[in-house]
Order: sequence, then structure tokens, then C-alpha cells
Amino acid sequence: MTTNVSALKSQPSAKEVLGKIVRNQLFIPLVALFLLIAFNLITDPGFFKVSLEPNSAGNLVLSGNLITMIDYASELVILAIGMTLVTSASGGQDISVGATIAIAGSTVLRIVKTQSPDISGAKFAGIIIVSFLLCVVVSALFGAFNGALVAFFKIQPMVATLILFTAGRSIAAWINNNDNISINDKRFGYFGNFIPGIAIPTPVFITVICLIVIAIVLKVTNLRLYSQAVGINASSSRLNGINPKVIKLLTFIILGVCVAVCGFIKVSRTSSITYSVIANNIEMDAILAVALGGNNLGGGKFNLTASVLGAYVIQFLTTTLYKFKEIDSSSISAYKAVVVIILIIISAPIVRRKIDDMKNRREAAKAEAEALKAEAEALKAAAAEAESIEAASAEAGKETI
Amino acid sequence: MLTDGAILEMRGICKFFPGVRALENVDFTLREGEIHALMGENGAGKSTLIKVLTGVYPKDGGDVWLADTPVHIKSPQDAQNKGIATVYQEITLCPNLTVAENMYIGRTKSPFTNWGSINRRAEKLLDELGIPVSATEQLGNCSIAIQQMVAIARAVDMDCKVLILDEPTSSLDEQEVQKLFNLMRDLKAKGVGIIFVTHFLEQVYEVCDRITVLRDGKLVGEYIIEDLPRVQLVSKMLGKDFDDMAEIKSGSESENIDFNGTPVYQAINLTGTTGIKPFDFEIHKGEVNGFTGLLGSGRSESVRAIFGADRVTGGQVYIDGVPVRIRKPLDAMKHGISYLPEDRKLDGIVGDLSVRDNIILALQVMKGFFKPFSKAQAEKFADEYIELLNIKTASQDTPIKSLSGGNQQKVILARWLLANPQYLILDEPTRGIDVGTKVEIQKLVLKLAAEGKSVTFISSEIDEMIRTCSRLIVMRDGKVVGELKGEDLNQNKIMATIAGGES
Amino acid sequence: MSVNTNALGGSRLRRRASLTDTNLLLIITIVVFIVMYMSAVIFLQKGFTKPQMFFNILNENASLLVLSCGMTLVMITGGIDISVGQVTCLVCMACAVHLQKVNDGVATGNVFTSLLIALAIGLAFGIVQGALVAYMEFQPFIVTLAGLFFAKGMTTIVCSDRVPVTYEPFVKLARTEVTIPFLGSVNKKGIYIPAYVEVGVIVALAVVVLLFCLLRWTKLGRNFYAVGGNNQSANMLGINVKLTKFLAHVLCGLCAGLGGYLFFLHACSGSPLHAQGAEMNAIASSIIGGTLLSGGVGNIVGTLFGVLSLSTIKNIVTSLGLEDAWWTNITVGVMLCIFLLVQSVILARKNKNKK
Repeated sequence: MTTNVSALKSQPSAKEVLGKIVRNQLFIPLVALFLLIAFNLITDPGFFKVSLEPNSAGNLVLSGNLITMIDYASELVILAIGMTLVTSASGGQDISVGATIAIAGSTVLRIVKTQSPDISGAKFAGIIIVSFLLCVVVSALFGAFNGALVAFFKIQPMVATLILFTAGRSIAAWINNNDNISINDKRFGYFGNFIPGIAIPTPVFITVICLIVIAIVLKVTNLRLYSQAVGINASSSRLNGINPKVIKLLTFIILGVCVAVCGFIKVSRTSSITYSVIANNIEMDAILAVALGGNNLGGGKFNLTASVLGAYVIQFLTTTLYKFKEIDSSSISAYKAVVVIILIIISAPIVRRKIDDMKNRREAAKAEAEALKAEAEALKAAAAEAESIEAASAEAGKETI
Repeated sequence: MLTDGAILEMRGICKFFPGVRALENVDFTLREGEIHALMGENGAGKSTLIKVLTGVYPKDGGDVWLADTPVHIKSPQDAQNKGIATVYQEITLCPNLTVAENMYIGRTKSPFTNWGSINRRAEKLLDELGIPVSATEQLGNCSIAIQQMVAIARAVDMDCKVLILDEPTSSLDEQEVQKLFNLMRDLKAKGVGIIFVTHFLEQVYEVCDRITVLRDGKLVGEYIIEDLPRVQLVSKMLGKDFDDMAEIKSGSESENIDFNGTPVYQAINLTGTTGIKPFDFEIHKGEVNGFTGLLGSGRSESVRAIFGADRVTGGQVYIDGVPVRIRKPLDAMKHGISYLPEDRKLDGIVGDLSVRDNIILALQVMKGFFKPFSKAQAEKFADEYIELLNIKTASQDTPIKSLSGGNQQKVILARWLLANPQYLILDEPTRGIDVGTKVEIQKLVLKLAAEGKSVTFISSEIDEMIRTCSRLIVMRDGKVVGELKGEDLNQNKIMATIAGGES
Repeated sequence: MSVNTNALGGSRLRRRASLTDTNLLLIITIVVFIVMYMSAVIFLQKGFTKPQMFFNILNENASLLVLSCGMTLVMITGGIDISVGQVTCLVCMACAVHLQKVNDGVATGNVFTSLLIALAIGLAFGIVQGALVAYMEFQPFIVTLAGLFFAKGMTTIVCSDRVPVTYEPFVKLARTEVTIPFLGSVNKKGIYIPAYVEVGVIVALAVVVLLFCLLRWTKLGRNFYAVGGNNQSANMLGINVKLTKFLAHVLCGLCAGLGGYLFFLHACSGSPLHAQGAEMNAIASSIIGGTLLSGGVGNIVGTLFGVLSLSTIKNIVTSLGLEDAWWTNITVGVMLCIFLLVQSVILARKNKNKK
């Protein structure tokens, strides 16, 4: 392939700038988000009304559809972070996250349930910290299990995580002897709902903290470069001193930590757990978020912001669909499927390639026209030369006369 | 408009990739019963032209005639049906199928597979062509050379009018190449038109009748072989009169090297797991030496062991006289060793990453996981080396996979030069790249040596080794069988040592 | 004059062809199944000594077998279809509602029309998903995930409650037992009870034979392998890659339709909770049967043994007295894990020997 760059050197026109925007990875999720908001505003102008109302516990809190959406999107957003990294480095997806959320949640409850509801604040905080840390360790270990299968035994991620997908919820049930646990301590619910005196749902804060942490991690480490390099060409990365196995393992462990946070929020929301239902199908939504963000599910380059936006799109979509009273809650997925297909079609590589092809053909025509013009000019020049020679000879003739 | 006797005619072919004009108004004519060489540097557009012809890429402009009828080739299948058989540069067979299946899949008419018949026919053809493999062997279990021969067997077995051979000889030995040439002459006598793409000039002059030269995606011209001496061909390919080949003195100046001092790198009894015998090796400051031997003799495996690319099980390594352990690539890199791998596509480039990221990768890894370069710093490095090595790229942000082979190789070189090694190992840096870049790389090697760096250079072309190295280590069957320097550094002596003629 | 020193070393003798990856994995699967079943017969006894135990496994899993066969086809081409479980669910619901309407006299039809409905639903999913994967080049996982959502939603749109079927001819068909000659057991009272299978098993085994022949002896079947092995190469070899992928998904869709009907035949009802997680069981069966998710390697016979192994281990767990549902899942998970590790180690060693 030659490197004739003349086409690129010209000043960017308005059209080219527009093309650049459309090509940007953030374009599709942003447009989808915008369309969803517009749709909601048209059908129901009050959809985004946010008000300060007392909730069941008597605290003044922000309420309204917008708040609910952002609140409920928290788990998905946090998962999307880890899933994007795993996708990038290993070129596959973890389908066990829903099941490992159950494990994480079950671990938290196992610790918390032993405490009576009327212990002091400091003691309670201690319990929570211990249970959270243990849940992080457990999730990270399960993440490491998946990661080890992928990195050291070279099993495709989807297949490797199928193991925990099958067994995970059963392990979660086993941790608590299949008991139905509910925590009576109101304070336990703070992390999934509201902290008294603060009007914004706690999961939103947790999400923001997670996003900041990952942003810092990407800034101060080479995680982005390494996982992309490993995802694109593991063999080459190894010869450049990167250990692909460790990087893959690391991304799975990071996902494990994300799962732990999600599991903690999930059980805190209801102060209880239903092993077979908790975080059901969330793995599908998380993978969709990555795909909607325009990331290649085959690994390599990734854009985390796009994945996070993708997660919000999915949650907005779900909430929007719930708004229609006539739709049965269980048939929502059918409508979701239609919207997802449309979004995928818009962002499809083949559609973009068709556009490129058209552009190329236009350029070919231009090149041909240029060639013709050059030929014509050459002819003209030749004619002019001939003329000038003629004139010169005529003049010379005159002189001789 | 058509040329007499033409069985294939392409006019005004255009093909664009984002930001790149790969082919611009290219014409090509193939006559009945001729072997037609398609020549040009890497990135000149040869492979693109062939892929357009075989329907792998849709063309953006121009027309194709097959024996007087204008055709539109939609897909490789379509090309096959129209009588165009192709052996591509990269092996394009399925590793999970058997040899026989690979030869017949995609071109049998019957909807059923008659295993007995295809195995028998394949067995017969393999025997005829002297390919030492069983028809029922899984292709993925065969060596690269066998796979290449199977691809050729498949192509010649088709009843084709046009046969395209895109660099079919790169992994074949001399004997197999001769076998292939005889085959080509047979087909030519039967009236088949053959398009032959290769980097080996002498092969072109051995079998071809006509040459078409491309440069930068444009047609330079079509010539009858007798009218175009070798020197002129090279100058047409490069677009300038080029006598740089002669500029490189035979053998580097070895007088300045202190062979009695402490070696930069020294290995004693280095043992690897990849089938090579334990060996001793040392290199001094400013020295250029090389490993030579047949493919599979262990020359690549040896340098990989030095770099720690494969598992090393034993032996002692000294850097500047200090004993060190090199167990993985990062150890070697930290001790100032760089390694440019043999297989550029598989082990070298990180395809989707930008040229910039590819250049800074090694240095970045050496600096550490927790210390990323700032963007400005990375850009500065990239600019510096793009300029220094004259890398042709649209921008720093261009993914490296869209560069031509030679330019990709230069980016990998830039990566390792940026790491500022004391000892640089180059494994086949000139394979599959154009003459101009080859010369540039050889000059660079000598320049680095003059600056006091040590270089180990491996090449399949012996004259390249003679030009650049002052000492050659000869390997056979995973064992070091000789060391040649000074007077002994000549083609005959080297060949004799490789072949192991004790007499 | 430069000399090319690249040459192929080694002997010129033609060596005997070694095992292909597909056959190697197939042998492992069959051996493991036989060892597992034999040890159950020897050490556990209980029901395992009776032939009917084996046929019950088949009766329970006829539907899963057909689903897994379809899944194997798609996986051989390097794709995946995770919608099959929910399609099964949708098929059951649609057929149940249809037959109940016939029973109530609201609609006309018979058992045959319900089968047509099942196949049509499967075919429709296959065609749409196949077109999106093959011609629009979307990732199969995402497309079939959307298919899964769609089928799930459609099921509840058709009906959100359990629909038992009371239509007489259908129930009669469902209760038909095909006795197996010479195999049977004598019960405590000394009465000989012949072994039997349900109609669905016959159909499922027919599908296995049919698809085995397709994969082994037809051009299309071999094209599946080629596309899965390396789809760019397959394209260059003159195979219509897009059409091949499309057909794999269509066949898988048809299998999902038929498998759904077999599930319906066995369950005699429609419910939004039918066949939950069947897609993962089908994938697991294919993997245990030696199909690689990366494509190009796999075998229908292996899939048959995959299904058998999976259900045998479930039965073993139950007869050990561990009746809590979680034990089954954990055991299946452990078994899957062991299988994957064994496959991974064997393939890695084989590749190392090659070098």
C-alpha cells in the first residue's frame, strides 16, 4: 500500500469535520442517548421532572425518572468498566458476572447477618468494611480463576466463564446454606439507597468514585497500552517485554473487583438476596454496553467513555420501556431487542465501509478527470508551443525578408 | 483496444484505501503462454493489483477483460470459475482440514464429498510433484514449505487459463524452486498465462518473458525481458539510478574491534528448549556478526535463546563480563539487548496500534508499567525516528497495519533503536521488503557498528551477510558447525560449511 | 548472485498421517463417557444397572440433543447462537396456545400444523440472525443475544402464563412409547418391563445421523469446517463464506425449532419458564463433545456423547443423594472445567510436538 498522502493534506472542510465527528466512537452512544431523551420529552414533558420529596424513611431525597435511571445504571456502568478491559486484553467476554455478583452479595450477607441490628455505629462500620473487603477478595479470586483459565490454559473467555456461569449461583446459595437472608439493620441499606441527609442516591456516588479511580489508573499506569497491545498481538507484546498472561489475568481481577462493588450495591438495595434472580442477565447488558460503545468485541483498541455511555443508553432504554404501562414487564426484552438491532445496524462496520467505497469511487472518478485534464493541458501546451514555433519561424521568415 | 494474443487485460485500475492511493490508473496485459513478472518495491501495489484481479478487493475504477470479454470479478470464487488460479503470498489454506481437502475444497461441482476419490487424486498429484506428505495429514501439522507446495499443487491442478503466483518461492529451497520452474514452463507450453511476483531478481531472469514494473501504485512500464538488464530493472523499481549496492564495502571494518577485551555479550553452554544443542557465543563492541544455516538449522532459535524469547534451561551469560540471568525478553531488554523478530506480522507489529505507539512500545515497557510517557514525549520520539529512518506514513496516528511491509519493518527498527541497545539482534530484517529498504537497513547496521554498537545479523541471502558481517557462525541441525571470518568469508566456503562437505 | 538458503530440513520420507484435532477430541469424549457410565454401573448401581436408565437419559434430553447439534454446526463455523434456549421456550408457548385453541374449537389445525409453526419460528430466527451475521457482518454473539431478548419478550406477549395442552391427538403422540426389543428389566414382582423411548428420541437420533452425514460427506458440511478454520483462507479458496455462515445459522434455527417441538412434546405444555439456560447446556454439551468455540473442530457424534455425559453426571449426582439443585450445577461446572483443562493441555502438547 502506497503512502500517497496528498488527499489528507488539504485543509479540513466542514464536510470532513462532520465526517470526523460521525466516525468518532462516542457518536453512536451519544446520538442514541439524545434520541431517547428527545423521545421521552416528546411523549411526556414531565418525564425528566426532578423533585425533592421525602421517601419512605422520611428523608428529603431527589426523585424522578432521571434520578432513577442514573441510580439503576450504576451496577451496569461499573461492570462495563471491567468488561471493556477484559474484552480488550483477552478478545472475549466474561459471561459469569451475574453469577459472581450473586457470590459477592452472598459473601457480604454471610458476614453481616451474624451481627445484631443494634450495634454501635463504629462497630457497624467495621463490619461493613470487613465484609466489603472480604467480598472484594472473594470476587477477585473468582476473577483470577476465570483469568487463569483464559491466560494460562488458553481457553476462550466465553467458554472459560461458562463454568462459573453454570455453577456460580449455586456456589452463592451454598455460601449461605441456601437460606433466605434479610438484614434488619436499616444502616445496611444506605449503600444501595440513600444516606440520611444526602439527597443523591449512594450508588451514584460509588459509580463516580469507580470512574475516577479507573481514570487515575489509566493515567498513571500503562494499562491501556498494555492491554491493547496484548489484545491485538500477544506474541509481539511478549517479545517487547510485556507478559500477556499477567495482563489478561490482571484485567479479569479488575473485573472481579468491579463485580464485588456491584454485588455489594445489589444486596444493599434490598437488604436481601434471591440467589437465582439477583443480577439476572446483567452479563448480557454489560456486553451490550461494550458493543454499543463501538468497541471491537474481538479485542484490541477500546474506548472506556464510550462503554460507559453505552451502559447508560441501555439503562435509559430499559427505563423508557418500563414507562409504557401497556407493556408487560417481562416482554420488555422483545422491544429492547429491536432497538439494540437498530443501534447495531447503524454502527455496523459494513455500513461505514459502504460509505468509504462510495467515497473511493468518487475519488477514482476525480483521479481520472485529473488525468484527462492533464492530458488536455499537455495537448494545449503542445499546440501553444507549435503555435509559438510557427510564429517564431514566421517572424524569422519576416526578418530574412 | 485489446492487445493481440492477450488472455487478460486490465485497464485504468484504481484502488483506494483510507488516505492511501494504492493503485492509480494501472494497466496490465497478460498474453497466452507467457510468464509475466510483476515487479516493484513493497508498497508499489503488486499484491493489491492481484487482489483486485482475484476479487478479494472490489476495484474502485477501471476495466478487466478476459479473452476479449469484459468481466466483473466479484469474489475469489468467481475468479476461480473464470479460470484464474492463485497462490497468494501468505498461505491461504485451512489448517484444520487435511491436505487433500485443502486441494479440492471450493472447486468440486458435486454437492457430496467423495473421500476415496479426492484422497486418491491428491495422493497421485502429490507424488507427481514430489511433495513428501500424506494426503490425509492435517495441514496444520505440516511445515510451512509443505503448505506452500500444497497451495501450488492446488493451483496447478485447476484447469486454469491464468495462474497467479504471488511470492511462491519465499519458503522453498533451491531444489523445490527448480521443480516449480519446470512446472511453470510446462504450463506455459500448454498456453497458460502466468503472473509471477517475486523479490528474487535472478528468478525473474530465469523463467520470465516479460516484466511489468509498478511504483507507488502507478504503472512504470511493460518490458520484454531481453530489453531490460538487471541494473535498469532495479532503477525502474526504485525510480532513480541506484548504485548504492556497490557502496557497501564487502565486510565491515573489523580492525577497530578489540577482540581481546571483554565481550559485550558472552554465553557459555546456553541451552534452550527449542531443539538446539547447547552453544557458546560472544560478541564484542562494534562487531557485526551473523548466524547462517538452512531454515530450521537453529539460527533463529539461537538468537531467540540469547534474547530469552523461548524458555532457556541452562548456561551462563555474561554482559560486559558480569554474570546475569536472562529468562524472559524483559531481562534481555534491561541488559541492553534488542531483538527484531523473524516474522514481522506475527511477532513484530501490533497491527491496530498507531505508528507512534508501535515505536515507543519497547522503551515504554522498559520504563515500567507505572511510568507512562506523556503524549508530547511520545510524539517527539515518534517524529524523531520517522524522520531518521524516512518512514513513509500518513501520520503518527496511522495504524501500522496500513503501512507497506518495508515501512512496517522500519517502524520495528525504530522501536528497537529508540530503546538504545548495546547489542542489537536482527533476524531476517530484509525478508520480503524492497531492494531500496534492504540497502538502507544494511547501511544502518554498519553505521550502528561504527558507533560502537554490536549487531548480530541474520539473512537468507548470503551475499547480504558477506557484505555486512565480519564473522559468521554456521549452524546445521541445531548445532554450531563452524565459524568463518576474514579470508574464509566467501560464498563457496560458506556453502561448503553449511552443506557439511568434510572432504 | 545471492543464494537462498531456506530449505526444508528433515526426512523426505512420507510419514503416516497423524490424528486430526477433531478425531482426537472425539476419542477423549467417548472414552470419558464410557468410563463414567461404567463406574456408575459398578459402584453406584441403583438405577444404573437397568437399561431403562440410559433410555430415560435420552428421553429427558432429546430436545437438548437437537439443540446441541444445531449449536455444533454454528460453532464449527466459528460462530455461536445463544438464542436457541429462548426460541425453544417461544416454540413451546406458540404451539401450546395453538393446540389449545384447536382444542377449544377457536382455530383449525392439528398436530402437524403445530409442528409447522415450530419449524417456521425456528427458520425465521435462523434466517434473520444468519443474514445479520453473514451479510451484515455483525458479531454472532450480539445478534443472537438480541434474538434471545426478542424470543423472551415474544413468549410473554403470546401468553405470560403456563399453558397445559389437553388436545387429545397430541397428548396421545406425546405418551407413545416405542419399546426396545430384548432390553428390559424384571421388577420386584417378577414382571418383565420392556425398555422404551419416546417418539422424540427417534427424531433426535435421526437428526444426529442426518447432520453427521451432512458434515462428513457433503460439500456444504466441509465448507463449514473450512470457514471455521480460517475464513479468509476459505474465501480465497473459492468458498462462499457468507452463504456458508448464513446456512449454518439457518440450520441451527431449524434445529432450534425442531428441538423446541421435542421439548414441547416431552413437557406437553408451554411456559415462559421452559428451557431456561438451555443455550448454555447446549454450548456445554458441544464443548464436552469436542467442539472448539474458536471454530473448525467438532463432530456431531461427539456432541451426542457430550449430551449423554452431561446428563449422566447430573443423574449420578442425584443418585448420590445430593438432591439440592445447587450440587448439580456445581458438578456440571466442575466437569466442564476438567474437560476444558484436559482439552487445553492435550492440544497444547500436540502443538508443541509439531514444532
